[in-house]
Amino acid sequence: MSAAAPLLDIRGLRIDLPTGAGSATAVHRVDLALAAGEAAALVGESGSGKSLTARSVLRLLPPGAEVHGELRFAGESVPGMSRTRLREFRAGEVAMVFQDPRAHINPARSVGDFLVEGLTAARGVPVREARRRVEAVLQEVGIPDAERRMRQRPGELSGGLLQRVMIAAALAAEPKLLLADEPTTALDVTTQEEVMAIVTEAREARGLAMLFITHDLELAAAVCDRVVVMYAGSTVEELPSGALHHGAAHPYTRALLASRPSVGDTASGLRAIAGRPLSGFEVPAGCSFAPRCPRARDACRTDTPLLRAAGTGTSACHYPHITEEAEQRA
Amino acid sequence: MTASFLATRLTMLVVTVLVASLGIYGAFMLAPGDPATLLVGGARKPDPAVLDRIRAEYHLDDPFFAGWWHWFSGCLHGDFGRSLVYRDSVGHLIGERAGDTFALVAYAAVLVLVLGTAIGTVAALRGGRTEALLTAATSGVMAVPTFIMSVLLIWVFAVELPWFPVYGSGTGFGGTLSHLTLPAVALAVSWVGYVAQVTRTSVRTELRGEHVETARSRGVPESVVIRRHVLRNASGPIFAVSGVGIAGLIATTAVAEQAFGIGGLGALMIDAALKQDLAVVQAVSLLFVVLFVAVNTVVDLVSAALDPRTAQGGSR
Repeated sequence: MSAAAPLLDIRGLRIDLPTGAGSATAVHRVDLALAAGEAAALVGESGSGKSLTARSVLRLLPPGAEVHGELRFAGESVPGMSRTRLREFRAGEVAMVFQDPRAHINPARSVGDFLVEGLTAARGVPVREARRRVEAVLQEVGIPDAERRMRQRPGELSGGLLQRVMIAAALAAEPKLLLADEPTTALDVTTQEEVMAIVTEAREARGLAMLFITHDLELAAAVCDRVVVMYAGSTVEELPSGALHHGAAHPYTRALLASRPSVGDTASGLRAIAGRPLSGFEVPAGCSFAPRCPRARDACRTDTPLLRAAGTGTSACHYPHITEEAEQRA
Repeated sequence: MTASFLATRLTMLVVTVLVASLGIYGAFMLAPGDPATLLVGGARKPDPAVLDRIRAEYHLDDPFFAGWWHWFSGCLHGDFGRSLVYRDSVGHLIGERAGDTFALVAYAAVLVLVLGTAIGTVAALRGGRTEALLTAATSGVMAVPTFIMSVLLIWVFAVELPWFPVYGSGTGFGGTLSHLTLPAVALAVSWVGYVAQVTRTSVRTELRGEHVETARSRGVPESVVIRRHVLRNASGPIFAVSGVGIAGLIATTAVAEQAFGIGGLGALMIDAALKQDLAVVQAVSLLFVVLFVAVNTVVDLVSAALDPRTAQGGSR
């Protein structure tokens, strides 16, 4: 991490969502920093709060949601932005790629309308200029017949092609940070690889930072510099991608790695993590993973662990698993 | 919009009109008594020579389909026959009155579209107390039939407040507008309520749409999001209901015309029915069916242009 102020700095983020009676905490404690041009993956099961965390960067939370803690972009507080500033910020500094392009692109309007809108309506770029820029970005994401595609409706494009359109729309805004919320989950495996290759290439060409939300640890480690693991609304471990397999210190990360099926290891079968994943709403006192943790002791059930250095990264665990190899590397 | 979609819609229009014309003509043949006697329009015993002449003129002794075709093809050429009661050609009778009915229906249609969508959109966007109030008001108004609303409006605006004329159709644009305001309101009001309700639900659903979230995430101004994403996508159901409503106005115009003393087609049909002038009733009925189906077809085509998924058979 660079010494300068990080591009994205999230400290002690807590998000309360309104419920029928009062509110409930969905995200408990997220600490995350991202330097310009850096890519970090936010990994966790569904309900772990990773998507909410990403959305909070753009203030795209459900009405009535309350955000506590610090959330700064290039030193500026995002929750403190005025309406006008927020619109400007969304239009030009951070862009989001959503999971399901079919639902997230207006099906009634043409692909061209969708692509151009981010520049014309949001930034006042003249239509002609916007079309020129958008066509160039379409070429870049591997859509050669840009002119024809722009006349078509989203329904006429395949899922993979539509996700490229969504990525092109994000890139056309020339943001500094890309939020990618499971951009390949709705796609088949071969298309997944193509889409991730396009994102990586575009990122490197532009020095674009990325927060990549996924539940796939391997994919996360393959495309990002660092991996941040979330469990039940809190960040529990952060480590360099290269250290994931041997340097993971948090029992949850280790359990996640162990439960992945691997080719050629059919004999041992699948190992599931005992118990069921908790959502942020039902976190007990102490460590949220304690009920499922094989290493849990009394302290784990009463004191909430905070992120602190452990092995090659940081880990929110009272009794982190530190391997000799990790110690040597550190 | 595909050519085949257009062709299907136009074929359906033609088929509907054909079937309706058979129904209208058939009902007239099935009516009790001698059709020729009915055509003379009287309870008194007519001269047998006159009856024979009428039978020949209306081809009443021809087989059913031949008789129907004679009448229907005549209508297609603009020859609707002669009215024995009014002693005039039916085409001329209709032509004289069509203007008033057209103006009334158009006025009411504008009210349905503009007020209905505006009220529904405001209710959905504001939410809370405004929404509850508007929903209650539009639900109430939906239940009021045209003839009650007519009496109510006449009472309020003729007896209590002399704001609008309540009789006749006026001359010139301003005169027509002020004369037709109350009947148009009476005609439109329950459909305004209906369209407002559909608009409200439709806009609410679209507001939660994921593509709306995308537009917001890109910094598109909220007014543009509402116009190009929410209203644009909600317009399908709104247009469908408005279309049925506007077509329905054609059917209920007779009530408003009668109540406010407007000499339009609806009033002509009521008058002709009372005088048992079946040539006129037939012609006006057929005209109403054609207008009804034409409005529906136009609405379908507009919906398809707004949302191409409709034209592709509803699939994605």
